[in-house]
Amino acid sequence: MKKISSIDELKKAGEKGAKSLFPSSVKIIVGMATSGIASGADKVYEALDKEIKKKKLPYILAKTGSMGMDFIEPLVDVIEKDKPRLSFGKMTPEKVPQLLEQIGKGNIDKIKPIYRTDAEDIIAKCEKKHYLKGNVSEYLKDIPQMEAIPFYKKQIKIATRNCGVIDPESIDEYIARGGYLSLHKALTTMSANEIIDEIIKSGLRGRGGGGFPAGVKWQSCRSAHGDIKYVICNGDEGDPGAYMDRSIMEGDPHSVIEGMIIGAYAIGAQEGFIYVRNEYPLAVANLTKAIGDARSRGMLGKNILGTNFSFDIKISKGAGAFVCGESTALMASLEGKAGEPRAKYIHTVEHGLWDRPSNLNNVETWANVPVIISRSGKWFSEIGIPNNSGTKVFSLVGKVNNIGLVEVPLGIPLKDIVYDIGGGIPGNRKFKAVQTGGPSGGCIPASMIDLSVDFDSLWDAGSMMGSGGMIVMDEKTCMVDLARYFIEFLVSESCGKCTPCREGVRRMNDILHDICAGKGREGDIELLEAMAKGIKDGSLCALGGSAPNPVLSTIKYFREEYDAHIRQKRCPAGVCRALIKYEINAKKCTGCTVCAKKCPSGCISGEKKKAHKIDQKKCIKCGICMESCKFDAITVK
Amino acid sequence: MKKATTVEAKAKEIVKKHGGDKSSLICILQDIQNEYNYLPKEALLAVGAQMQIPASRIYEVATFYNSFSLRPRGQYLIEVCAGTACHVQGAFNLMDRLKRDLGVECGETTKDNVFTLEEVRCLGCCSLAPVVRIGGNIHPYLTQDEIPKILRNYRKQG
Repeated sequence: MKKISSIDELKKAGEKGAKSLFPSSVKIIVGMATSGIASGADKVYEALDKEIKKKKLPYILAKTGSMGMDFIEPLVDVIEKDKPRLSFGKMTPEKVPQLLEQIGKGNIDKIKPIYRTDAEDIIAKCEKKHYLKGNVSEYLKDIPQMEAIPFYKKQIKIATRNCGVIDPESIDEYIARGGYLSLHKALTTMSANEIIDEIIKSGLRGRGGGGFPAGVKWQSCRSAHGDIKYVICNGDEGDPGAYMDRSIMEGDPHSVIEGMIIGAYAIGAQEGFIYVRNEYPLAVANLTKAIGDARSRGMLGKNILGTNFSFDIKISKGAGAFVCGESTALMASLEGKAGEPRAKYIHTVEHGLWDRPSNLNNVETWANVPVIISRSGKWFSEIGIPNNSGTKVFSLVGKVNNIGLVEVPLGIPLKDIVYDIGGGIPGNRKFKAVQTGGPSGGCIPASMIDLSVDFDSLWDAGSMMGSGGMIVMDEKTCMVDLARYFIEFLVSESCGKCTPCREGVRRMNDILHDICAGKGREGDIELLEAMAKGIKDGSLCALGGSAPNPVLSTIKYFREEYDAHIRQKRCPAGVCRALIKYEINAKKCTGCTVCAKKCPSGCISGEKKKAHKIDQKKCIKCGICMESCKFDAITVK
Repeated sequence: MKKATTVEAKAKEIVKKHGGDKSSLICILQDIQNEYNYLPKEALLAVGAQMQIPASRIYEVATFYNSFSLRPRGQYLIEVCAGTACHVQGAFNLMDRLKRDLGVECGETTKDNVFTLEEVRCLGCCSLAPVVRIGGNIHPYLTQDEIPKILRNYRKQG
């Protein structure tokens, strides 16, 4: 492939990409991110491929990343010339022949799309490009536009701008949506200081958890002494419940690469590293392909885009250690050592990887950079609220109807995310809390549903932004069990370097286990609080320093649940096994025998068509009876 | 168990591929594990000799990271996701069911060497919770009820 060394050549590549994004023949696109594949997108793709070949249809079949609408995956998009792009949800291989039959006939009588896209907002280029020419046909009038459906209405896509739209393996499609134009602008028209000024003006704060202003960090690294400097991308998304970085690396790897090259130029770095979790094989594959393509097209390597600037990126795979999300631990891991953090008073921007100045940002932060350069820092700073500018991607998961990735302006009320975008809680259950910030974060109770979602408000509420996991919980989630879950997680993930974290968290875990097992004692809550203070004060790194947060925030907002466990030996949510029992409501039980057949311990007995009974002595409380009962006859107390 | 000499030769070949740079240690161990499904002792000693790294430091790295195993794993690795979304959707019940059905504890391999049961810290498939990954395939929205059939199918595939 020829190297690109001028703006004309870049634009030419963009034109080629635009032809494939807005094709003149029928194009069918399958969302093939990890979540799509796990929902069966690969089987849908295979079926489409087979059927298209069998019928010799002149259709293009392509892959893309995830739009974030995980609750309707597998998602298939169809583009016909001059017509809106149509999106079909919950596709199956069985529906494939019907879908292909209706394409070209100008109707949607067999399968209805969930939404249509008349035009594409290309945010990096500040441009709208239309699929639809003329008026929308009669039969599509009732299909809502993408931006009108509740899930998308309040979203602004900056970091995830290309996910689910472009083929992540196509550099030309990335360029067609404004990709690498920012890099060209930065390298040919801006000085390093101008770039840093723009990032400072934008107010972009690190999206990995700390929320430190990215521009200030870049500035410090640029000013640090040393000829050799590094930029690092933290793709070790360790917070359980957060997966936006996976989605960006899988669906739009070039946005991260472009951000890093701009950063490297501004800071004066020659080498970059992307540290990716080992658990994300598709992200590694797509990044590897993207780096190779960028290199062969002249965006990486010597004399980038024909300028004097040279820079290259290597991928490093993590090996499964939560603490490696911490910057100093990550750098130790990059050096091939055990990932133990070190004291923070030696700044990594001065003494980082191999003791050289190193600038680390996470995936989402890097992905924002090209858009800031193209649209200006001022434009970015006007999105969101003061001191919390721009957008943040959240993974909205748990007990919520519309599960998926959402990118919203900072400062949006929590209520809007849970109810308007998330569609509320399934099964008419009561909303109880949202957990944010992973094991370092805390719980926001239902009473604070109007809270502004931004770095500072979450911190003040006793939680934190973290990398953006948002786990919604209903009345069936036990908050004591949740605190125990996080603490148990941290016990096994503590690197063991300092005692307060290694031993203290373990002791907190013992106490929480006792409480959940019905062996809690008066004074346990106070003891947990006292230990939390010691651990917070005495730990070296953020993992230990924030480890007690899940316990403290659940005590703060759900103290009565702790009391119920300790004093009444009762788990109000019906989760802690030692404190619950399953019973059959004789009035509702139809005697269908399904539960008795499925019970692994054989503790359910009864005659056919008559109410059954559970032998409490034999019951192992696995809950399978409740899962399988169609008549809602099993209760848990 | 593979013959020591071939394991050593393979380990040396992998070290060579990475240029012997000390910072590549984790990548080298990953490649060895890809080859053997675990980290054989002979391979670790060979890596140490080749790269002039003390065995104690290799042991430190190999035991620090969760994805490395010093014991041979079965044909299929079963990873029960222990992410927050999976936990609130009852992943612990799936783990218990797997332990009972396979007759092993978490971290152990079945006697017939078909399955190794492990816990993994979030697979990033939170929208499909609870999930279990078996031999690289993700099983979404898994219920206890489906487990026996899924295990049977993997056994049949051999």
